[in-house]
Amino acid sequence: MASVTFDHVVKRYTADLTVVKDFNVEIKDKEFMVLVGPSGCGKSTALRMLAGLEEISEGEIRIGDRVINDIAAKDRDIAMVFQSYALYPHMSVYDNMAFPLQMQGLKKPDIDKRVRNASQILGLENFLERKPRALSGGQRQRVALGRAIVRSPKVFLLDEPLSNLDAKLRGQTRIQLQKLHRDLQTTFIYVTHDQVEAMTMGDRIAIMNAGILQQVGTPGDIYDHPANLFVASFIGSPTMNFVPATIQDGTAKAAGFAVKLPKPVGAAKGTLGFRPEAVTDRVTDGGPSMEMAVDVVERLGSDQFLYGQVGGDPVTARVDPRLSVQPGDKVRLGLETHALHFFDSESELALL
Amino acid sequence: MSAVQAVAQPAAVKRRSTFRIRPAKWLLNIVVILIAAFWLMPTIGLAIISLRPEALFQQSGWWTVLTAPSQLTLQNYQTLFSQGLVSGGLLDSLLTSAEITVPSTLLVTIISSLTAYSIAFGRWRGRTLCFFIIIGLMVVPVQVALIPVVQLYRAFGSVTGFNPFGTVIGVIIFHVAFGLPFGIFLMNNFYSGLPRELLEAARIDGAGEWSLFSRIVLPLGLPAAASLAIFQFIWVWNDLLVALVFLGASKHFPLTIFLFDQIRTLAANYWIISTGGMVSILVPLIVFFSFQRYFVRGVLAGAVK
Repeated sequence: MASVTFDHVVKRYTADLTVVKDFNVEIKDKEFMVLVGPSGCGKSTALRMLAGLEEISEGEIRIGDRVINDIAAKDRDIAMVFQSYALYPHMSVYDNMAFPLQMQGLKKPDIDKRVRNASQILGLENFLERKPRALSGGQRQRVALGRAIVRSPKVFLLDEPLSNLDAKLRGQTRIQLQKLHRDLQTTFIYVTHDQVEAMTMGDRIAIMNAGILQQVGTPGDIYDHPANLFVASFIGSPTMNFVPATIQDGTAKAAGFAVKLPKPVGAAKGTLGFRPEAVTDRVTDGGPSMEMAVDVVERLGSDQFLYGQVGGDPVTARVDPRLSVQPGDKVRLGLETHALHFFDSESELALL
Repeated sequence: MSAVQAVAQPAAVKRRSTFRIRPAKWLLNIVVILIAAFWLMPTIGLAIISLRPEALFQQSGWWTVLTAPSQLTLQNYQTLFSQGLVSGGLLDSLLTSAEITVPSTLLVTIISSLTAYSIAFGRWRGRTLCFFIIIGLMVVPVQVALIPVVQLYRAFGSVTGFNPFGTVIGVIIFHVAFGLPFGIFLMNNFYSGLPRELLEAARIDGAGEWSLFSRIVLPLGLPAAASLAIFQFIWVWNDLLVALVFLGASKHFPLTIFLFDQIRTLAANYWIISTGGMVSILVPLIVFFSFQRYFVRGVLAGAVK
């Protein structure tokens, strides 16, 4: 069983620098779990504690049923892919992949079989004799993956492996990684700051901010039901619209429009949240509507985004790409009420 | 405003450039060659003196060889080498130099690498303090330590029965002790520049400390180690003072003392000095050219991270 459990894990550097605070998450066997959050949120530190590269200040980390707090990195049966790949520059691709197996004491024929198998999976057969400096970024990344695969570990740890690749390669590699996960049937724990990677790759996502775990759930869950303002603002591009509003008789009143909430919330005022795609150019009779003074129009071919003001509050709307809008226009937009969010003004928790 | 300035600028620049002297490339080359020749003059002179018969030295200068190249002969070399391994001869001194220099260089390189590894990657308290003390030792001049070390050797001899004074081992120990601070400094600088993730990856891959050192750090540190070896080799090979103090009265002494002795006699044997000098230059030259690739990289080790 290769489940991974973080049990009240804390990482403290000094008395006033706690980088990971009371981190609790259970990662299932064979799951692809993504730890996502802005820079400095503690996700890499959590990963490194699991890897054995950082001491654990408090709490327990378990792989399966085994507590691994005091076990050396090499005995934890994990493999890690670093952001900078960390390939051994003086060794060939073959030797890079063979190194961990040599350290384990495997015999040469076994090593050869495993290395060739991994290089076949990753398409590296023609590069086995080359040194890392003769490889492109994408090839180096595959070698780093190969070095992890040959070990057949219980858990794969990946620390922002796509950050150093160009956009197109990143997209291709994302797909390859998902296929790899499916083929290897092993637990993957993946750290990134990119919410697109998180949404597309993870079976589940764990969002962190300032050392605190914000929410754990499937991508769909998190997108549709963010637990707080931070999660709502972090996931989804363009960002969700946030508009201060007061509640009166079950209706949220914002500066430029009002909308009836589908169910009562316990607060009198807070922040109303709705995604750009909830704003539509089709206004239903009697339904909530708003007038937007358009500042910027972004045409992406498949989508069109309008950035403007509604009653003084900045709002983004996703509209039909065939709609003709110019900056400076005033457009009347409707709001779909099935995807509304309301956040408490102090705790920022979702009330709706 | 800017358009006017843009128009005005090219005119101004043009005028200035006609006043500036722009030497042609061939002129620069000639100047460089002249400087090089000037610098090499004494060595070239020495080489030619060693290739002329002894008698001619009193009669004419070595530059006359340019007009009468038939003077050149290998006789001096033949005479000195045919002496064989007689104690105090050229060959014997050459061997003694090697006996002192090679172990010193090897020991300094190996010990420096190991120590620097521990200081750069180890996690033990007092690491930084240790490092600064070692660096601080670089300040100590050789001369200051000579007498105390002689006394130390004598004390050691009275306790254990082996007095290193007057032995090659004693000289080696001294050279290693003085070579280590700089060696550790150099290797530590280089090792610190290695990306930390490389070692983390190796640790996760299962490498223990020794594997980490021998299979990752050491091979990557080879440029720095090679240039340290060059520095150390040349320093010890050319050393006169330490050898004189410890081996001055011995039967076997290094080349530096061999050459020095020649100068001390009333009638200096310039043919021996020049011939021995050329032999003495040759060995470090061979070492240098063998390791030359690493030398440049090593000089910059730690300078640019």
